[in-house]
Amino acid sequence: MTVEITAVALVLGCIMGLLVGIGRLNPKKRVIYALCTGYVAAIRGTPLLVQLFLLFFGLPQFDILLPAFVCGVIGLGIYSGAYVSEIVRGAIQSIDKGQMEAARSVGMSYGAAMRNIILPQALVRMIPPLGNEFIALIKNSALVSLLTIHDLMHEGQKIISISYRSLEVYLAIAVMYFVLTGLTTLALRRIELRLRAGGMVQ
Amino acid sequence: MKTQKPIVSIRGLRKSFGDHVVLHGIDFDVQPSQVVVVIGPSGSGKSTFLRCCNGLEQADSGRVEICGHTLTDAGQMLGDQALNHLREDVGMVFQSFNLFPHLSVINNITVGPRKVRGVSRQQAEAEAMALLDKVGLLQKAHAMPGSLSGGQKQRVAIARALAMQPQVMLFDEPTSALDPELVGEVLQVMKLLAGEGMTMMVVTHEMDFAREVGDVVVVMDGGAVIEAGPPDIIFTNPTQARTRDFLRAVLTRA
Repeated sequence: MTVEITAVALVLGCIMGLLVGIGRLNPKKRVIYALCTGYVAAIRGTPLLVQLFLLFFGLPQFDILLPAFVCGVIGLGIYSGAYVSEIVRGAIQSIDKGQMEAARSVGMSYGAAMRNIILPQALVRMIPPLGNEFIALIKNSALVSLLTIHDLMHEGQKIISISYRSLEVYLAIAVMYFVLTGLTTLALRRIELRLRAGGMVQ
Repeated sequence: MKTQKPIVSIRGLRKSFGDHVVLHGIDFDVQPSQVVVVIGPSGSGKSTFLRCCNGLEQADSGRVEICGHTLTDAGQMLGDQALNHLREDVGMVFQSFNLFPHLSVINNITVGPRKVRGVSRQQAEAEAMALLDKVGLLQKAHAMPGSLSGGQKQRVAIARALAMQPQVMLFDEPTSALDPELVGEVLQVMKLLAGEGMTMMVVTHEMDFAREVGDVVVVMDGGAVIEAGPPDIIFTNPTQARTRDFLRAVLTRA
């Protein structure tokens, strides 16, 4: 369950992050900029556990009853999206201004220049910080055990309640998280190396 | 002198960044196939003037007409879509090349025609190869920009701009970031273009190029055109004291 919930939350987080990150590029588009900035401030300024509880225990008061899994995915995804958006924005802004000017000068629209020229270059620069974010997300997913989701942590606690072997079980859980994060790190490292070898980065 | 309809027409162009006035009302026309070379001390507004001609900078007031489009009029810039169309007609070459580092040389050239004009990959590549041949870089078609010298990069950048089949080419100090021994190869390509009848506006410090290739030399200082005329008059018998000072400063350096 930990893998599924993290994977879906990851996808959600990346989509949110990309949209919000781009939304925060231009403060002159006031409404979009204000919405995106508000989202980032609210999510980064409050604990993830509180956000998850708001979704799971708060929403039912408005008769919105979401399954625990959906709450977990949305909670983690939205949380992660706020951090990803800052990574996206930073990477895009680190691309030389001349790239956008050159792309616009051959007649590309802002959107076409973003898709064809800016984002492919920014993506490579996003990978290392995104790796950090993914690892944080995997570890944060332990919190969803408190929403009755049967993830790694939740299962471990069930075993402890029968066996009373806290130390061994928690150590085993720690090792499993370590393996998950380790695999993620390796996978991202490979992608980065491949892009570098492909000449995407100078 | 033939009286043709100018391809670029600029009237009362003004531009400031904050309190700093960069352009104080510029009036200027460019005839088709003319090579206009803009010279002047740094900070005189040459680059800003050029960037106002394809909408990279927005003029505060005045009127710029180029290739039949009214780019800007009284501080009102053309809409975004029309601006994209205008830029297909006006090629730009930058001091810092600004090649797309994640694309191979050939893709740098084809990305514009393919994404903007919807040309097929096959046709775009055939045209790109012809342009690479013209700038003498056929063998570098599949190299990445990072592996090219500055002079080669700038020649690719020229080919990239030409791929959109522009009517006017703008050059913003195309050789200023190059090692001295690489300047010649870029100027050679620009001479070739001039010989083919391309309308060009060139901001440069290369006085020999101005003298040899320019039809009109424009001297700018302090955000205004102080003198404009054929190179043999500007270089041998300038009327303005500031032109003489500037030319003495650059020409005695060598």
